[in-house]
Amino acid sequence: MGELKVHRVRFFDYMPTAIRAMAFNAHTERLALARMDGSVEIFNFTDHYFQEKVIPGKDSRSIESLCWVGGRLFSAGLNGEIAEYDLENLRPKYSLEAYGGPIWTVISNTQGTQLAIGCEDGTVKLFEVLEEHIQFERNLDRQKGRIISLSWHPSGTHIAAGMMDMIRVFDVPTGHAVQRLLVDRGIGGSKSRETVVWSVAFLSDHTVVSGDSAGKVQVWDGHTGTLVKTHLVTKWDVLALSVSKDESSVVAGTSEGTVIQFQFIAPTLHQQDKEWVRTRTFKNHTHDVRALAEIETAIVSGGMDTHLVVRPLLEKFDEKSHASGLRKIHFPHRNLVSCAKKAGLLLFQFPGQLELWRLGDSDGHGEKHTLSKKREMEEIQSISLTLFKQKGEDHICCSALSSCGGWLAYSTVSSVRIYRLQTDNNISITKVLPNPELAMTTKCIHILRYTSHGSVLVFQLHCIVPVYGSCPSAMGIHPTTNNLTMVHADQQLFEYSIVEKQYTDWSRKLQKQGLHNVWLDRDTPVTHVTFNPKNPNQVVLHDMHMFCIIDQSLPLPDQKTQFYNQMTLRSLSEQERPSHLHAFKICKTFQDLLCVSLLDDQSLVVVERPLLAITSQLPAPVRQKKFAT
Amino acid sequence: MAALYEGFTLCGLVPTQNASDSAIQGIELDGDSDHALVTDSTRSVTLYKVSDQKPLGSWTVKQGQLLTCPAVCNFQTKEYVVVSDNKVIRVWKDEDFNLDRAFKATVSADVWRVHSAPGGEPVVLFQRGAVRLLDSLLSAPQQPIEDVLSEEEVIRWSTNIVAEKQHFVLFTTEQKGEHFLYVQRLNPNTLQKYRLEREDSRSAPLSFSASLRDKHINLLYLYPNGCVYQSVVAARGYVGPEGVQALPRSLRLRLPVGEGELGAASAVALDEAHVAVVGMPHPSARTGKDFLCIWNTNFQTLQAGKEMAGRIHGQVWCYLGKLFVPHGKALSVIPYECQKSSLASALGKLRHAGIAVSKSSVAVPSWNTLLHGNQPQGPAKIVATRKSKLSRKSQSVQALTVDQVLKLIKTGPVDEVQREVEALVSRGDAQDLQLSVGQLACHLVARSQAETTFYTPGALAQLVRTQCLCHSVCPDLLLLALEHKDYFLCQLCLQLFPDIPEVVTCACLKTFISVPDGDVEMVSLEPDSVSFMEGLVVAGARGGQQNGFSPPLFEEDSCDAHHQPKPTQHQDKKNPTLQLEACPVGLHKAVLLNEVLQTPYSDNLLLPHLKDLNTQQVILFLQYLQFVYLKYSQDVYTQTPGLRSPTVTQVIDWVCLLLDAHFTVLVMAPDAKGLLSNLNSFVKSQVKLFSELGKIEGSLQGLHKMKLSKDISQYSIEVIELF
Repeated sequence: MGELKVHRVRFFDYMPTAIRAMAFNAHTERLALARMDGSVEIFNFTDHYFQEKVIPGKDSRSIESLCWVGGRLFSAGLNGEIAEYDLENLRPKYSLEAYGGPIWTVISNTQGTQLAIGCEDGTVKLFEVLEEHIQFERNLDRQKGRIISLSWHPSGTHIAAGMMDMIRVFDVPTGHAVQRLLVDRGIGGSKSRETVVWSVAFLSDHTVVSGDSAGKVQVWDGHTGTLVKTHLVTKWDVLALSVSKDESSVVAGTSEGTVIQFQFIAPTLHQQDKEWVRTRTFKNHTHDVRALAEIETAIVSGGMDTHLVVRPLLEKFDEKSHASGLRKIHFPHRNLVSCAKKAGLLLFQFPGQLELWRLGDSDGHGEKHTLSKKREMEEIQSISLTLFKQKGEDHICCSALSSCGGWLAYSTVSSVRIYRLQTDNNISITKVLPNPELAMTTKCIHILRYTSHGSVLVFQLHCIVPVYGSCPSAMGIHPTTNNLTMVHADQQLFEYSIVEKQYTDWSRKLQKQGLHNVWLDRDTPVTHVTFNPKNPNQVVLHDMHMFCIIDQSLPLPDQKTQFYNQMTLRSLSEQERPSHLHAFKICKTFQDLLCVSLLDDQSLVVVERPLLAITSQLPAPVRQKKFAT
Repeated sequence: MAALYEGFTLCGLVPTQNASDSAIQGIELDGDSDHALVTDSTRSVTLYKVSDQKPLGSWTVKQGQLLTCPAVCNFQTKEYVVVSDNKVIRVWKDEDFNLDRAFKATVSADVWRVHSAPGGEPVVLFQRGAVRLLDSLLSAPQQPIEDVLSEEEVIRWSTNIVAEKQHFVLFTTEQKGEHFLYVQRLNPNTLQKYRLEREDSRSAPLSFSASLRDKHINLLYLYPNGCVYQSVVAARGYVGPEGVQALPRSLRLRLPVGEGELGAASAVALDEAHVAVVGMPHPSARTGKDFLCIWNTNFQTLQAGKEMAGRIHGQVWCYLGKLFVPHGKALSVIPYECQKSSLASALGKLRHAGIAVSKSSVAVPSWNTLLHGNQPQGPAKIVATRKSKLSRKSQSVQALTVDQVLKLIKTGPVDEVQREVEALVSRGDAQDLQLSVGQLACHLVARSQAETTFYTPGALAQLVRTQCLCHSVCPDLLLLALEHKDYFLCQLCLQLFPDIPEVVTCACLKTFISVPDGDVEMVSLEPDSVSFMEGLVVAGARGGQQNGFSPPLFEEDSCDAHHQPKPTQHQDKKNPTLQLEACPVGLHKAVLLNEVLQTPYSDNLLLPHLKDLNTQQVILFLQYLQFVYLKYSQDVYTQTPGLRSPTVTQVIDWVCLLLDAHFTVLVMAPDAKGLLSNLNSFVKSQVKLFSELGKIEGSLQGLHKMKLSKDISQYSIEVIELF
């Protein structure tokens, strides 16, 4: 294969936003996750935690809480609206003003017939869930002070509401408050500050568990309204609580970035009396843990530091396996960068804007030419910023650049726009299409990439690829052979000939032999597939931690072969090398990859976004005493 | 803190023809502390009784003669000495009325000054720098006087100092703009010459003041730009080489001089921290340079200031708590007072020269007493009595005041004293306690020392518990407790006193280590420390059942400690755990020893006292320390937070100290051999641990460097090779 010139790009200032809320649907095993910018992401936990759907955010939308009712997803936020999402078309279906001021929380009862929301004005409002809509039913007794958190008793008769300095228990049929549980304030200086009950959980034995801003997790008896146990877990806030399905465990997320587990067990062996005991502490975050879900085998947490952590509970696994490893999801499982192979342009997608950059000219020697090249790039950037600032409120779902660099397209939930680009000396841009009133998904935009010189093809159904059990995470159509290469969330790789309407021989051979275990054990999905225009045998694909050039002319590796063999090959002599080659050429030199693409002049473009750079842009975490500081 | 009190005029002054000259040549002390001998600038000497502002006697020389040096008092003979017309020395007594009839002697050279100080003979300093004792000079008045100074050198100022049989004459000279300090020692006679550092402005010092402190002569001098420098000359010992040495100086104070420079000003050191300056502007007053101020040189703060009406000639004398300042047409006497103001004194830890301890009638210093200092019956007492009156009114029960209790302590029976002191302590508020606790304790201890039968453990314990007491306030308390075998009180003192001297700590240690176990076990001690010790002893005993306990590891550890090829040790080796668990001293004794371990000390001071312990005591103590160390190093023992307990570092430090103090003895003692080799193996294991840690550190740093080498910019073009 030989030497490759690599444009190593680190100036894509992609910044994921903080995770605000999450809801886990145990029935479909989907996790819905809301971020600060109002976007909602759906992760499929049965399919390798793949991020299968993303509903882009909107400037005016903020989400405080998410709630599943059956397969329907509702959200509520500080803009005072409840929204339901269309999970097919990936857009909000409708939204409804609740007329109670900002909404802090939304929950549903176990039967899925009612929604309850907690409002700033102190009301708990009940909504009836109808077939296609929801309808306001009634208010519970209005309280002084905002309702921060709610929890519905599994029987549906009572609701616990966390407020400022107290917890109220409501009787749902009558709407009256039946218990008033006073929550202590913090000690010392925080005595004058109100305690915010950030989270409550109502268990079926009428135990109420609360987490508050004084750093306490408290267990109450909901019948008598008495405090059973106080666990002081942090100096800061306890922000989130989540109860396991069998109600034997509660996890609490704190501002220190820790997740603390409490279990309902007998404190001494062979004793019947069980109580809530603090058992484990997990620290996978540096900042506030704002959202938590305890699922069957793992604890899922997310917060200000923007990444989603799936922490498996090791006692639920019998042996060490792929599923028992800790998983951190940093980047979206889709492409935010597109690359014009011929023109050497890069398009970066931000929620509210697009950036267009031109790569530096190569001098052939492959030395670093950082300064001059960077300056050239900045010129283009300044133009691009003014031109592609998204004017509407809707955030961009996806974007693409044609390989000649002459066309640019992007879409929001409501529109698709296509522009003509002229990039000879100074960039000019013209809009070529009026807003077509249809929503196009990512796959549509993919087609654009192959329309080389200006004609937009109308996409029509050509054939249906056989259904596979896992979601495709990336695909690409080969420019010369018209073979469709697909990579799935479970790391399986297929090649389908569109012309012959069947899997190619290479794909069959690969499936027969099976992929190497090392390949299958990777924990980030492949997000981009591209091809070598000069050598039709070569496919380039990448995930977050590596990129891989598959050479179909070389033998496939079997399980005994060393999979990551680049180091070995380097040490071998020219004569010995050919016998050790296999089809998967993997390079891990570059990390935290957002895009890898092969240009027409055979040079690689690698777009990195170091996690450290993301971390450094986060606000400072809460102060913690470390050793003698 | 310092204060200037209301002054009074000692006498009026006759203005001289030349307005810039002062009307007074000098003021000297008489043998009587209340007398001042004032020499005016022309012809007369007057003796005043200062407190009455009344002249006691006056002597004048004839018209045409001139006094050229201030009169001094010869303290040994009670005679007065003055020089007229530079060469005539006159000596007279109180009873003489006429100076002309007094004893006269004419010397062969011009006299600069006659100096006299209590405890020393008067000395005569000639203008050319020679020094003679007055007696020897008068016995042969025409003896030749040598020239010490060079031609153009003139004396500017001189003084004499008597210190511990050493007699010094100090004088400064000026020659071509340079200033020198001469230090003349008498008996044996040596002369040392120093060059003063030049001030930038090349100006001459305005005034000098010398004082003796801590066997050093402190010279304080003021420059016209407001800088006050201090130089220190050793009073004893080494006499430097011949020739001129540079005199190092330190800036003590930079006075605000306002516009221009100081003209006629003078600074005099009052004590180590305070300087009185006359003829300078007050920082907060707009105009005029006619103020008398007291400055604190430690904190650079103005402590007191007073405006002096009329012209000031830059003269100030300071005798016995009074400042003599001639100004305008009067000589004013202004009493002043300087109090030490240091944080140390405020906290009651001042150990300077034992002053704080010896003279403190109100033993615990508080700002209140510091402010109103040495007035014997200060406002504290008034407050106290008013308070007690109030409390007497409010409480029907008759309660005694502090003074009454103090009186009672001197004579009353044990029970009553005990009861009253306890009542007083439990009744008094913090402010009162601060003042009275020290007094009470001192009185109690004094009585107990005087009468062997008198001892009030309860009252003393209660006083200690107020935490208003420290060792320097009542130094005999702890020793008294030791004497009476009051171990509980000893423990309290060790816990609560911050300033126990090492000698006392050592005495406690010695007593504790040698007391029979049976004696101590009966004593009730602080329950917390006892329970800590119980926990420590038990920890190992049930260690086997503790979670996470792994016997093989433990074996390994203990083998490490006991692995010796000695036959005697083999018995131990069979059951090393048993040997470990046995605490070599009883429970209560161990508690007391723990307190000793936790008292603060400085090792240099402790070491000599540790040598007082005998070998048996050292071995026992080392065994105990080893026991504690082993307990600590076992993982099974987890320290209970909150309980007062010695740290591992303290234990190790004590082991080291003991070994340092007694190493040769221990090496020779046969029964210490096992112990020493055990300790040796601890050290070995520690050294091993640290060397391992060092290795880890090295490799970690290597990692660090590896990471640093990669510095990637935002955009670069690189080449990789794929195969």
